[in-house]
Amino acid sequence: MDQFLQHVLNALILGGTYALLGIGLTLIFGIMRVVNFAHGELYAFGAYMMYLWVMVLGTNFYLALPLAVLLGVMLGALMEFVLLRKMRGADIDTTMLIMIGAWIALQNTQQLTWTGVAKSIDSPFPTSPLVLGSVSVSWNRLFVFIVALALIGATYVIINRTRLGKAMRATFQDRDTAALMGVDINRIYTATFALGSGLAAAAGALLGPVFVVYPTMGDLASLKAFAIVILGGLGSIPGATIGGFILAFMEELGAGYVSSGYRDAMGFLLIIIILLVKPTGLFAQKERIG
Amino acid sequence: MKRGLTLAWLLFLASVPLWLDNLYILHVLIMTGIFVIAAMSLNLLLGYTGQLSLGHVAFFGIGAYVSSLTTLGFSVHLLPDWQVSADPKPVWFGMLLGTVVAGLFGWAIGRLAFKVRGAYFVIVTISFAEVIRLVALNWVELTQGPMALNNIPYLRLGIPEVFEVAFLRKPANYYLVLAVGILCYIIIRRLVKSRAGRAMIALRENEPLASSVGVDVTRYLVLATVVSAAMAGAAGTLYAHYVRIVDPDVFLFIYTVTMVIMVISGGKGTLAGPVVGGIIFGLLPEVLRSARVPPEMQWVVYGVLMILVVYFLPQGIVPAVRDWWLSRRAADAPDVPAEATTKAASR
Repeated sequence: MDQFLQHVLNALILGGTYALLGIGLTLIFGIMRVVNFAHGELYAFGAYMMYLWVMVLGTNFYLALPLAVLLGVMLGALMEFVLLRKMRGADIDTTMLIMIGAWIALQNTQQLTWTGVAKSIDSPFPTSPLVLGSVSVSWNRLFVFIVALALIGATYVIINRTRLGKAMRATFQDRDTAALMGVDINRIYTATFALGSGLAAAAGALLGPVFVVYPTMGDLASLKAFAIVILGGLGSIPGATIGGFILAFMEELGAGYVSSGYRDAMGFLLIIIILLVKPTGLFAQKERIG
Repeated sequence: MKRGLTLAWLLFLASVPLWLDNLYILHVLIMTGIFVIAAMSLNLLLGYTGQLSLGHVAFFGIGAYVSSLTTLGFSVHLLPDWQVSADPKPVWFGMLLGTVVAGLFGWAIGRLAFKVRGAYFVIVTISFAEVIRLVALNWVELTQGPMALNNIPYLRLGIPEVFEVAFLRKPANYYLVLAVGILCYIIIRRLVKSRAGRAMIALRENEPLASSVGVDVTRYLVLATVVSAAMAGAAGTLYAHYVRIVDPDVFLFIYTVTMVIMVISGGKGTLAGPVVGGIIFGLLPEVLRSARVPPEMQWVVYGVLMILVVYFLPQGIVPAVRDWWLSRRAADAPDVPAEATTKAASR
């Protein structure tokens, strides 16, 4: 029972960052109809920027975190501007191929810059874990969880309470009508991609100090983000939030009780099962595409 | 004219081992040929039915693993007290079995994955490939996991002790790959020019319309997947018995991406496209390597090239060249309306 509680706690902590990844991807897909294969690279980028600020330049940890996220936002905006702006009317396969190209180029640029050796990032947290009765959690992970929840909350506020969010939701529902009502679609797209990228970079910057940073870390992050988004239904933010936690629970319990080697297979099995049983996802707002 | 060109091209390909004495380049050509076969098989799905399968490397790897395990023999506990073992079988049988098993997986995946389309289909196929990769990595008793399957026997054809051809050396393997490649090309050509092929193209162009005039959607999509998967499996068996070592890295996603780049850049939905794209992107790494470009930089170039191709040659190289050729011919012969020729050429 103690072991089970520990797994549940671990899953809860992990689920926060998974939800961040999923929300970023689902925003980009829902609003822009772009299947963003470079999403995991933004995650890796966030982690490497954290490494750059903390370990190379010696910046304060709490200052480095927003800086890394800001750089992720800027990279996202740049990518949207350079790669996707000219491809507005293109079909989904075309933009997908562009994002696959961007993913390969980004990942190998990172490998070239930082070499393939895994890097670790020092964190200012005490090494002794926080013990709550029979379970324990490290301070670093607790910090990650709290920041992730705060960022999820902030995203909800942006989407539901601001003018920008209103314009995003309008674009999601009907792009042409939104444009006719005076919404600057190009601006919305850039903002969406930047926001989604920033969330992915935040997940990377948060998890970098918990695990290690290496060039191909984005691959699994991308695929897991896809699993989360499909689970929740493409374009659904509450779906992605809950999907992130469900995936974390499946992985944690699967690793604990089935086999740790198949931990990462859980997400993919989940995708296959969900798509066969309920292809629209658990919380879809729209019919499946295609 | 066209027939003569094809014949000359084939004769050139067949003559390569006779005058090329650099074995390393021959090795590169063999690997390129194996990837061209895989790219051709992907083109059947991506180009003719319009379904972007990003799990294609799974069929390649399944072919490689099934063929290797059949020829090496294995012994595995399916349950703690239920052991299944198999003795080594001849290589030709293993290669055949690998192809068939890959085709069976194609059938199963086709039945399951074609419930969804578009982005969902892409993600199901990726997930499938990743699950297979993790099984290959973790089922150590069967696959040796990351320790890899070693000493895979090479192919021998003929009657033992009387007359035997051993496919151990590079020229023999070159001809084997060339023969299988030509066979696959002919199969795909016959398929896409048949009634089934027209049905596939109709599905690609407009699925609701095609199904409304009585095209059985699932049947033709599954047919394409089975043929495509079996061919990718055949390419995998060629790889296994040529390289003679197979590890879970054959399932790496980057190989699928390589195949996709080959098909897209050459021209999806054309017969020659994957061959042209495959040769370009099969030889490009070697050109870059001889220019002393570090491997990461090669991949950066790959990624950037892919974006550039999608931007500037969205139809691929082969249709672009054909359009240019036809429009030039049309300009030379004024009695043929130029508009009609280019229209016919664009598909």
